[in-house]
Amino acid sequence: MQIAITRRNGIRIDLRSKVEALYGMSIRILITEVLSGLGIPNADIVIDDSGAVPFVIVARVETAARRAVPELKASYLLPPSTHNKADKRDRLRRTRLYLPGNEPHFFLNAGLHKPDSLILDLEDGVPHSEKDAARILVRNALRQLDFGDSERMVRINQLPVGLEDLKAIVPHGVETILVPKCESAANVVRIEREITSIVEQHNIRQKIHLLPIIESALGVVHAFEIATASEWICGLAIGLEDYTADLGVERTKTGIESMYARSVIVNTAKAAGIQALDSVFSDVGDDVGLRQSVLEARAIGFEGKGCIHPRQIGIVHEAFAPTDTEVEHAQRVIEASEEAKRIGSGVISLGSKMIDAPVVKRAQRVLLLAKRK
Amino acid sequence: MAKSRFDKLIKNAAGRYVPRVVNGSARIPFKGIDGHRPTGRMASPPVRSYLDYPANGNKVVKSLTEALKKAGLRDGMTISTHHHLRNGDALTNVLFDTIKRMEVKNIRWFPSASFPCHEYLIKYLEDRTIHHIEGSMNGPLGRYASEGKMKGVGILRSHGGRYRAVQDGDVHIDIAVIAAPSADPFGNANGVMGKSACGPLGFALADSEYADRVIVVTDTLVDFPCVPWHIQGNNVDFVVEVPTLGDPEKIVSGTTQLTKSPDRLLIADYVARFVDESGIMKDGFSFQAGAGGINLAFLLYLKEEMKKRGIKARFIRGGSTQYLVEMLEEGLTDFILDGQAFDIEGVRSLYANPRHVNTSPFTSYNPHGKGNFASMIDAVVLGATEVDVNFNANVVTHSDGILLHGIGGWQDCLFGKCVILAIPSFRDRVPIIVDEVTTLCGPGEMIDVVITERGIAINPLRRDLIEKLSRSTLPLRKIEDIQRDVFELCGGEPEKPNVSKENVIAIVDWVDGTVLDSIYPVR
Repeated sequence: MQIAITRRNGIRIDLRSKVEALYGMSIRILITEVLSGLGIPNADIVIDDSGAVPFVIVARVETAARRAVPELKASYLLPPSTHNKADKRDRLRRTRLYLPGNEPHFFLNAGLHKPDSLILDLEDGVPHSEKDAARILVRNALRQLDFGDSERMVRINQLPVGLEDLKAIVPHGVETILVPKCESAANVVRIEREITSIVEQHNIRQKIHLLPIIESALGVVHAFEIATASEWICGLAIGLEDYTADLGVERTKTGIESMYARSVIVNTAKAAGIQALDSVFSDVGDDVGLRQSVLEARAIGFEGKGCIHPRQIGIVHEAFAPTDTEVEHAQRVIEASEEAKRIGSGVISLGSKMIDAPVVKRAQRVLLLAKRK
Repeated sequence: MAKSRFDKLIKNAAGRYVPRVVNGSARIPFKGIDGHRPTGRMASPPVRSYLDYPANGNKVVKSLTEALKKAGLRDGMTISTHHHLRNGDALTNVLFDTIKRMEVKNIRWFPSASFPCHEYLIKYLEDRTIHHIEGSMNGPLGRYASEGKMKGVGILRSHGGRYRAVQDGDVHIDIAVIAAPSADPFGNANGVMGKSACGPLGFALADSEYADRVIVVTDTLVDFPCVPWHIQGNNVDFVVEVPTLGDPEKIVSGTTQLTKSPDRLLIADYVARFVDESGIMKDGFSFQAGAGGINLAFLLYLKEEMKKRGIKARFIRGGSTQYLVEMLEEGLTDFILDGQAFDIEGVRSLYANPRHVNTSPFTSYNPHGKGNFASMIDAVVLGATEVDVNFNANVVTHSDGILLHGIGGWQDCLFGKCVILAIPSFRDRVPIIVDEVTTLCGPGEMIDVVITERGIAINPLRRDLIEKLSRSTLPLRKIEDIQRDVFELCGGEPEKPNVSKENVIAIVDWVDGTVLDSIYPVR
C-alpha cells in the first residue's frame, strides 16, 4: 500500500482487490474513514489487496500514513473487543504459540488451536523494516480479535525500542509482556516503571504480567535477581537459540549443552515461586522428537514449552498431561481435603499419611491439567 | 438491454428461477429430490454389424483427421471427451485444432469435465467452432462463460447426471473421442498402463457405449489384447496412435501433498473425531473422501484412530491416493472402489492389487441404474464454495457470482448416509456460510453436517446425530452462530454479486435431469 499526500482533490483510492465484488465498497469507505480519523484530508492511495480483514486494512493505512507523514500524532483505534478476559498470574502456560507480528493472517484463527498463551511477536519474528507496521497490526489485533481462552502475550523488542512497543500496545488488552534477552533486574524494573506510567495515564485496572526470557550466559547468572525484580513476573522462560549462540555451541536435540542453564532456570523459578517455561522445539515435522523433548522438560520441572506451529499444541498438552495414577492420587487428595474441611479439621490425612497445603495445591493443578488435556 | 433469450424463468420446487427452454430444448424444473421418475425406454446406439469392421481386428487409421472424417464429422455435432488426463490433457486441444482445420463449426462439446489447460479452447468458442460446452467448466472457461461470452447455455451435470443424460437421450453423442493411455488395434483400452497412465477410464464408459462413433486415441499402442480393458474394443470404431496424450506430470501427481495449513488440519481432526464419535466408524463401515487437503489429512487422523481401536473398513471409495493405498495395504480396508486415481501410487495399486477395483459412474452414481454404490456409503466428506444457513450448498460459483468449478461426483455423493461438508469458515475474507447460496447445487435436506475450524453444525433434521453427539467435547454450534462470528471477523456481510438476471449463462441440473438452478452473467 502506498500513500501520497496531496494538497487538494480529497481522498483518491486506486484499489485492486481480490474481493472487490464483495467488499470493494466497504474497503473504500473504511479507508476514507481512517484517513479522516488521522486528520489527512487529501491523499492518493494505491492498494493491492488480497482479502485482508478490516483491522489489517486499518493498520496498513495507518502505517502507510505514518510513513508518508512522520510527524503524524493521531492513531486510528478500532472499538475494543468484548471477547477477551484477563486471567490469573499463575494460569496454565503449557503452550505459548509464537505469531510473527507482521503476518496477521496467522492471527485470525490462532485462538481456535487453543494454546494456553499466544505471543504476538514484535521482536525476532519481525524484520527491522516492518517494526512500525507490526506494532500497529498487533495493537489492532489486540483490540479486535477473539483469542478465545488463550492468554494474550506480546514479545516486545529490547530496550529502548521496546519502550515504544509498550506505548503502542499496553493500553489495548495485552495480558503479559515478554521481556527478551533479559540480563538484569534493572531491565525488568525499567519496563515495570514504563508500564506503570502508561497504565496510570490510561486508567487501566487490569494487572499486567511480565515474563522475562533468559537467552544469554549472563542472564543465567542473574536469573534470581531477574525472577524477583518485580511482583508482576509470572515465570521465567529460556530461549535456547540465542543462549547456545552466546555459548558458541551448536544446539542439539539432546540439549546437553543447555542442561546447566535449564536446570538453573527451573531451580530459580521454583525458588521465586513462579513458573519455569522451556524454549521452543524447532522441528515442526518431528512429532516424536517434540513429545520426547516435552517429557524431558517436564521431568526436570518445566511447566511449559514454546510452539512455532499450531500442530505442536496438542502434542505438548498431551505430554504435560498427568498419568492415570497421578490423576487418581490427586482426586484422593482433594477428597481428603474436602472431608477435612467438612468436619472442620485442620489436619488432612490420606490413609496413614498427613497431607499439607502444597500437596493439595499440586493435586488441584494435576486435575486442572487432566481436564485441559 | 437486449431482450432475454428466455421468455420467462420459472420458479422450481427449490424456489430457484430456471429457464424452461435451454439451447432449444424443453426442460423440466426441479421437482424435489426424489420428485422426478422418468419412464419409457433408454436411448440406444444404432445397430452395428461385424461386417463393417475388419475381421483381423485392426481398426487403426492413420490420423485423427481421418478418423473424424470416417466418423462423419459435420457442423452442429456433439463431441465428447473425458477428463481422466486432468490438467495434463493435450488431446482435447489437438482435437479442436483438427476440427477447426476441417472447417467444421458449431460443435457441442460434451466433456466429463474441463480443466485450466483448456483455456486454449476459448478461441474456438470465439470463432464458433464450439457452440457451447455441456460439462463442468473449471477456471478460465467458467470465467469466460460468466462474462456472458459463450454462444449457447452451459449445462452442468454431476458424473451420474451425465451418464443419465446420455441414457435419457438428453445428450446424444455423435462422436466420442477417448484418450487412452494404453490401447490395442481392436480398441480395447485402459488407463493404468503406458506413459500417460491416469488410472481408471470410467468417465468415458457411457460415451463408449452410447455414441454413434467411438474413436480411441492412444500414445501407447500395444498388441492385442490390451488387458485390462476399461473400454471394450467391441464398442470402438477407430483407433488412432499419436506421439503424446499430454504431460504425465500434470496427469497424475508424483506424490499427493498434505496440507500444512493449521486450520485445515484442525477441520480434518474434527471430521475424524465426528466420524468416530457419531458411531459411524465401526467394523465393516465404508466412506468416501477425495484428494483435497482437508480430506487427505482426515484420512491420516481416521487411520490412526482405526489402528488404535483395531477397526477395519469394508470398502473406501476413491479417487485414490497413496494414503488410501496405504490403508488398503495395511489391511485397514478390504477394498478400494475407485473412480479415479490422483497420484502414481493410486495408478500402480489399481493395476497391481485385485482389491483395488476399477469402477465407473454406472456402478456408483447412475440414476437409471438398479441402485447405486453412492447410497450405500456410511460417510462421505465433501467440500463446497458456499453453504447457507439452511444447509443448501454451492460448488460451482463463488460468492461474486463467477463460475469456476464443476460438479463432479458431488451431487451423486449427497445420497450417502452421512454427508459431511468439511470447509473453512472463510477464504481470503470471503465468508463461506451465507444467508442464501449464490447457486444451488445440493439441497440442504441432503447435507447432514458442516464442519469448519470454528465449529461443527449438525443439520437440525438429523436429530439422531445431534442426540449421539450430545455428550461430545467437539465444538457443536448452530450454523447461524458460526456465520455471525465470521461476519464479525470479515467486516460484515458481503455485497450481493452483481449479476444480470435477464440472462442465463448456464444451468445446474439435478441428477435426475430436472433444472435445479441458473447461473447468471456477471456485470
